[in-house]
Amino acid sequence: MLRVSSNPVVDTVVKLTSTAVVMFAFVFVVMVPLYDVLCDALGINGKTNGEAYTAVQAGVDESRTVTIQFVATNNEGMPWDFGPSVTMMKVHPGASNDTVFHARNPLPQAMVAQAIPSVSPARAAAYFHKTECFCFNQQPLDGDTSAEMPLQFIIDRELPGDIHTITLSYTIFDVTDMAKGAIAAR
Amino acid sequence: MGAHHHGPAKGLSRWLFTTNHKDIGTMYLWFSFSMFILGGAFAMITRAELFQPGMQLINPAFFNQMTTLHGLIMVFGAIMPSFVGLANWMIPMMIGAPDMALPRMNNWSFWILPPAFLILASTLFMEGGAPNFGWTFYAPLSTTYAPPSVTYFIFSIHVLGLSSIMGSINIIATVMNMRAPGMTYMKMPLFVWTWLITAFLLVAVMPVLAGAVTMMLMDIHFGTSFFSAAGGGDPVLFQHIFWFFGHPEVYIIILPAFGVVSQIIPAFARKPLFGYDSMVYATAAIAFLSFVVWAHHMYTVGMPVAGELFFMYATMLIAVPTGVKVFNWVTTMWRGSMTFETPMLFCIGFLVLFTIGGFTGLMLSIAPADFQYHDSYFVVAHFHYVMVAGAVFSMSAAVYYWLPKWCGRMYNEAMGKTHFWISFVGFNIAFFPQHFVGLAGMPRRIPDYALQFADFNMISSIGAFIYGASQILFLYNVVATIVAGKPTSDAKTWEGAEGLEWTVATPAPYHTFETPPQVR
Repeated sequence: MLRVSSNPVVDTVVKLTSTAVVMFAFVFVVMVPLYDVLCDALGINGKTNGEAYTAVQAGVDESRTVTIQFVATNNEGMPWDFGPSVTMMKVHPGASNDTVFHARNPLPQAMVAQAIPSVSPARAAAYFHKTECFCFNQQPLDGDTSAEMPLQFIIDRELPGDIHTITLSYTIFDVTDMAKGAIAAR
Repeated sequence: MGAHHHGPAKGLSRWLFTTNHKDIGTMYLWFSFSMFILGGAFAMITRAELFQPGMQLINPAFFNQMTTLHGLIMVFGAIMPSFVGLANWMIPMMIGAPDMALPRMNNWSFWILPPAFLILASTLFMEGGAPNFGWTFYAPLSTTYAPPSVTYFIFSIHVLGLSSIMGSINIIATVMNMRAPGMTYMKMPLFVWTWLITAFLLVAVMPVLAGAVTMMLMDIHFGTSFFSAAGGGDPVLFQHIFWFFGHPEVYIIILPAFGVVSQIIPAFARKPLFGYDSMVYATAAIAFLSFVVWAHHMYTVGMPVAGELFFMYATMLIAVPTGVKVFNWVTTMWRGSMTFETPMLFCIGFLVLFTIGGFTGLMLSIAPADFQYHDSYFVVAHFHYVMVAGAVFSMSAAVYYWLPKWCGRMYNEAMGKTHFWISFVGFNIAFFPQHFVGLAGMPRRIPDYALQFADFNMISSIGAFIYGASQILFLYNVVATIVAGKPTSDAKTWEGAEGLEWTVATPAPYHTFETPPQVR
């Protein structure tokens, strides 16, 4: 056993205090990143990758059709009109697909929104690749204006065969206050 | 050496500046009892509201503050400090040490505790009221939707966590370095063993709790998004971190109780503890397993099936070492020359009721069944069977068992037995019906309920009032003993009691074991 002091009581105290400090740090530097990594790797919580997917040329699997459903939800207190232009699409794995979501800010003042995706069934999340998504960034919108927000995605050809329908849900949050802080910091 | 080495200082400064383990133990015990009364009063308010369906006495917002503060104060203010107090009093005397290893830090561990709870209790009078998000303070209830007083709550958690860590370091340093010659690890009384393991659990997980509340603080005031989905965080992460602390925490509460029962049952069965070694290993096994079962508190949060299965099996595994303990206690009593003084009654009450609570825990561990039980009164019944009938009953047993040694006066046995029977009956009237309303679908943490639950809730409230009232009898008995109990100077209060603490004079002198005893 490593001895840090010749006084055994001091030795015990130093070791235990270090343990406590390490456990405090463990929460921030291990638990939080590990949780994110596990969610990404295993598709837990239906989290899709937050970064744009670089398409690989793999060809389109015309023999297979997957139904994609779009759902939009406003988080509590979010006044925007927000929803998909089409609620359902039939796509082939490997093909690149485009759709748009509509958003309208009915209030007179400018606001900033952030959309958070979730895929169901959760294990399909790892096969749902987005090459472009409005959810990658915060979306500012002036008062009383509308916008069309694009989404481009590819369903992976490796999608397990028993999955025929994937639901992509977006919850839109009002992050105006959070964005203000970021702007002020800049 | 001046005369002050032979006795306590006079007046208030004795308590403020004391480094004596017995003084500090006494302060811990009185403080935790006052918190027990305060947390109990909050519970009485909730039970009064639930006496009948509909809103009768208080509004829902205040009801939520009452359930939250009841849980926080009972866990962190009553049960944990009471066992720390017991550890302060008994561990040096049980291992033949003159005091704790770090007496000045011991003083600090205690004295930062009352301000922490003063801050927590003062939130009741703040704008927006006290914390109202349940003792588990799940984000975003405790971040986005929290009352402004949450910042004071976070500070008080930081302070009481610091107190727990300091207390634990002190206990470990004492046990590892201050044992009398010949007192090997496997000769230590089981109370010392369970506290040693508990202290390691505390050092490992109190910093995790501190981390969780620090993240809340940052989310609320510094614009981070650990638990906010809008900023890329995840509220579910909070639950994982909280229960990574929270599950070891419930063993932190119950392991010292196991230790107390393991001291008292052999004394009144007049037989050595059956299976001492297996008790030690079972305690260590429970402590180890407590780190790999946390997500059984969150089966319904949306976990993959593999996760549900892992946490289900790991949780069920805990029943094995716990079963070893229960069998050992029963076997210790088997063919013993048993007598039923108050401490023994509380221990037998503990054994029966804790086993019921253990079995309902096993029911809750079954992931598919838990979807029905989750967040229902069944859970409330379960954890009160293990927390109240487990920790509080054993604490009562400990007070009756060692009180004559502490103050040199005998308590009133008839009153003690009355306290036990009123507690036992009241407790069961209060909590047994909660199993039924829970299974029938009554959710926890609600101020009003559907009409079909009315009868059981009324019974439950009556039982709670009986249980609450019995604690006044306890307080009276203890005070009466200290003030005017029958003096006793027998070193051994109990015929069958074993251990170094029974070799010193009664009442225990201010300083004991200044020369270490030789343990054979």
